[in-house]
Amino acid sequence: MSTIAAISTAQGAGGIGVIRISGEDSVKIADKIFVPFVGEKGKCLQNLSGYRAKYGRVLHGNDLIDDVIALVFRAPHSYTGEDVVEISCHGGLYITKRVLRAVLESGAALAEPGEFTKRAFLNGKMDLSQAEAVMDLISARGKRANQIAFGMREGKLSGKIAKIKEELVEILAGLSVWADYPEEDIPQVDENMLKNSIKKICKKLHAMIDNYDTFKCIKEGIKTAIVGRPNVGKSTLMNCLSDSQKSIVTDIPGTTRDAIEETVMIGDIPVLLVDTAGIRDTLDKVEKIGVEKARKYIDESEIILFMIDASSALCDEDRELLDKLDKSKTIIILNKCDIAVKVDVQELSTFKNRIVELSALKGQGIEKLKEIIENIVGLSNFEPSDTVVCNERQLLALKKAVKILKEIINQMNFGITLDAVTVLIQDTLSVFMELTGENVSEAVVNKVFSKFCVGK
Amino acid sequence: MIQEDEVNNISKIKINENYDISIIGAGHAGIEAGLASARLGCKTIVFAINLDSVGNCPCNPSIGGTAKGHLVREIDALGGEMGRTTDECFLQSRMLNLGKGPAVHSLRAQIDRNKYKEIMKHKLELQENLYLKQAEIIDIFYDNHSKNWILTSRNGIKYASKCVILATGTFLEGVVHIGETSYQSGPDGIFPAVLLGDSLRKLGIGLRRFKTGTPARVLRSSINFEGLEEQCGDENIVPFSYDTESIGENKVKCYISWTNDKTKEVILKNIHRAPMYSGKIEGVGPRYCPSIEDKIVRFPDKKRHQMFIEPCGLNTEEMYLQGMSTSLPEEVQTEMYKTIPGLENVKIMRFAYAIEYDIADPQQMNATLEFKEHAGLFGAGQFNGSSGYEEAAAQGLVAGINAALRIKNKELLILDRGTSYIGTLIDDLVTKGVNDPYRMMTSRSEYRLVLRQDNADERLTPIGREIGLIGDERYKKFIENLNLKNEEKKRVKNVVIVPSEELNKMLVSRETSPITTGVKMSDLLKRPQITYRDLEDFDATRPQIDKSIFEKVEVEIKYEGYIARQNNQIKELRRLEEKIIPSDIDYKKIRGLRLEAIEKLGKIRPQNIGQASRISGVSPADISVLIIWLASKMRKKEEN
Repeated sequence: MSTIAAISTAQGAGGIGVIRISGEDSVKIADKIFVPFVGEKGKCLQNLSGYRAKYGRVLHGNDLIDDVIALVFRAPHSYTGEDVVEISCHGGLYITKRVLRAVLESGAALAEPGEFTKRAFLNGKMDLSQAEAVMDLISARGKRANQIAFGMREGKLSGKIAKIKEELVEILAGLSVWADYPEEDIPQVDENMLKNSIKKICKKLHAMIDNYDTFKCIKEGIKTAIVGRPNVGKSTLMNCLSDSQKSIVTDIPGTTRDAIEETVMIGDIPVLLVDTAGIRDTLDKVEKIGVEKARKYIDESEIILFMIDASSALCDEDRELLDKLDKSKTIIILNKCDIAVKVDVQELSTFKNRIVELSALKGQGIEKLKEIIENIVGLSNFEPSDTVVCNERQLLALKKAVKILKEIINQMNFGITLDAVTVLIQDTLSVFMELTGENVSEAVVNKVFSKFCVGK
Repeated sequence: MIQEDEVNNISKIKINENYDISIIGAGHAGIEAGLASARLGCKTIVFAINLDSVGNCPCNPSIGGTAKGHLVREIDALGGEMGRTTDECFLQSRMLNLGKGPAVHSLRAQIDRNKYKEIMKHKLELQENLYLKQAEIIDIFYDNHSKNWILTSRNGIKYASKCVILATGTFLEGVVHIGETSYQSGPDGIFPAVLLGDSLRKLGIGLRRFKTGTPARVLRSSINFEGLEEQCGDENIVPFSYDTESIGENKVKCYISWTNDKTKEVILKNIHRAPMYSGKIEGVGPRYCPSIEDKIVRFPDKKRHQMFIEPCGLNTEEMYLQGMSTSLPEEVQTEMYKTIPGLENVKIMRFAYAIEYDIADPQQMNATLEFKEHAGLFGAGQFNGSSGYEEAAAQGLVAGINAALRIKNKELLILDRGTSYIGTLIDDLVTKGVNDPYRMMTSRSEYRLVLRQDNADERLTPIGREIGLIGDERYKKFIENLNLKNEEKKRVKNVVIVPSEELNKMLVSRETSPITTGVKMSDLLKRPQITYRDLEDFDATRPQIDKSIFEKVEVEIKYEGYIARQNNQIKELRRLEEKIIPSDIDYKKIRGLRLEAIEKLGKIRPQNIGQASRISGVSPADISVLIIWLASKMRKKEEN
């Protein structure tokens, strides 16, 4: 059986969240993303016997997600009777989802409703009456899933996927005729055209995936750090943004961090603002911790607002700070522009469209800032009604499809024969058809006979 | 099924002859079924309405083709006859799709149609345990008293047997249509089977109406071949059969011509006279093999349609006009064919016709081809809604094997989709059913990089051996070749090819990068552009073995990743196929199944979870419910 994963704690705010992984490869998969504080990454969980835990971190690619505890259960001594890893991280939707995503992308499949319980039953961990309850659960959830699926079929949501599906069916039908009717008078397969069509589909899928990230931003807020040397007006900006929108400002509860975090609305976008303490080299032990934390926030942010006091010229401290930032996500704010603009904009030319003249005190320039943020997040191209992907399962399907399509392009560049390509396209198509329960070969054969005049 | 008073009557019925297995029909399905069951030691009788029609090819004079060639190789690998006979009487042989990749390589041979018939009939006559009989079977029923199926011939003779295989082809209630004329007939003017259908209906077997058609046969000397494109056979001929040691050579050419505006004009002017359009035919025709009037009506933008002129044999002047099947009236046919370049003065010997016939809905059968409701009764070939000689032969072989296994009280054979095109064909038929005559295509198999025509023996010969259809000598040869292949594969994975000016010149000329250090031969073979032959001069330890082994090794190395991927998919498939659903399951009593699923599962009654999951209308959630239900039932059993 494949290895499955899901968030096992209630979705929402909470002290901790648990991501459960179950199946043959669960420990191997967990090892891919887990870095212990003591010991080395790679096999640390695989070397662990059952009922034992390790303290460490979860990485997603190079991104640090959270400090976690990984608890290993060995088959058959677990809830499902299989090897199980439970990753306990900090609670809340955002972090648990990110950990889940890391797990899914490392090879686990998203668990179906009731699947852990189903496995528990199949592996003899449950008696019959319990199992029957599970059946009811599955069917009840199935109904709801059906309703959701029905809604999806009607909406724009699957419209886009349906279109891509149709394109793939057409491509496969063309290849099928090419293979099954070699002597017929039909258009030959042009490999370059084929490659281009696949690239186009890839691009569309990418757009959908990006759209999802934007969508997520809108839902969950854009993590934004305000950086700058002391007294450039960071707090003023923070106040300006939150004061003007007082009703929707929320303090994040339970925060014990030194930096101040607030969620504010800039236009329609929720922005999770973090006012970082100034970052500079220091020997003071306590301050060092503060600086390290600030740096971590900055690394995690999707946007950095770098504030400069525009009423005086750029100083070395500004330059030093700026050097340490990821320029691709940085917006330059020339504050106090109501007094004077003495900064040499030429020196900041790399930021071209991402410089705002602003007066935090007087509330000038906020509109422009909003525009720039929208641009960076991709919101200017975002159509709320066009949200194609609505959950992680679909997102995963899209990513899987993109992965196979990219492999097709690679393989075609390598020079592989088209019979192998057809198999990969078929696999891509099944990724989508699995979402709706259609049959790939039937769809393709029907298309062949409706589109091509073939036959002896 | 049978009333009590009937039972009493039946038990008094006098039986003329007794057999283990009787087979109704001696076309391509009946032949393979008969030979297989007789070879497995069962006393077998094969009925044909006319013994001159045994092994007849009433349509195209060729065997194989895309995906069909795979079927023939598989039939041969399993111990069937079609491949060997084709090798013995082929006129021209071609491996189609060379250059498109090993998954779609397909063998096709033009055959001498009369010789094929003659050889096949003779093989049946010589076969121990097999009795060939000219008779029309008009009635069939199961006698509870003697536990036998009783078959009655038109002349009142009664035959008893434990199993029956229905392989009636296009004979069952056959009606031929040519223009406004229609009459009861089997193919090629042979009598149809007009009474058996009622008897089957009485058994409760659901029958449906299908249609197919064939083009005209014309006199060779009336064709002007000048200017027609020629089509010749391959230089290196690959035989169909793993038994064939030496193969003959190409003896004939085929020719290509095209329809034109005039052809279209003649057809459209007379389209109302085509029975398909006048509404006279109710049967569903094949999508893959449309008549010329269908092509012209459905694809009006197409300027011209290709057609092939193929010889029917060495001792006949009849030529077959592939691509030009029609059911237009005879005088329209003449006018239409004459518009085609080369056929200006054509003399038609046999007119084209459409034929309607009865089929049984294959969803009534298990993947063993046995009827779910009738133990010992099997269906095969066109009777099951398929089309084509090869599809028929494949089913005939499986039905014959299973009838014999039934007689011997052994577990029946089910070939799953991962084993073969034969398994894919049967699974499609019995699981999805048919809407029009079913033709095999490579695109119907999701595992086509594993189900190649070159490895049919590896996939099926061990199964054929276990069943008892593969003799000692053949098996020994198979094992030898398999060992040679494995050794050779090991060798190329170890042999290091060192860089040299010559080698790099060759590599560059194939548009791949030169090498600077020694490279494993298998790594070079992985490059799509590099073949075994390319490396001949640089591979000092190459053994003297059959070329076909090199080809196999090359394919396995080049497509290693793909093959592994597909093998994993097959493994996943088998996991579900192994979960057997008891035949007495009552889906209505299973909590959690959706209504649509209950209905579909109840109708098709899948044998295992894998088959259930392929039924449209059965969702993944339904499958979960089924799996849990099965497991709980098993556990209950254990607890008791």
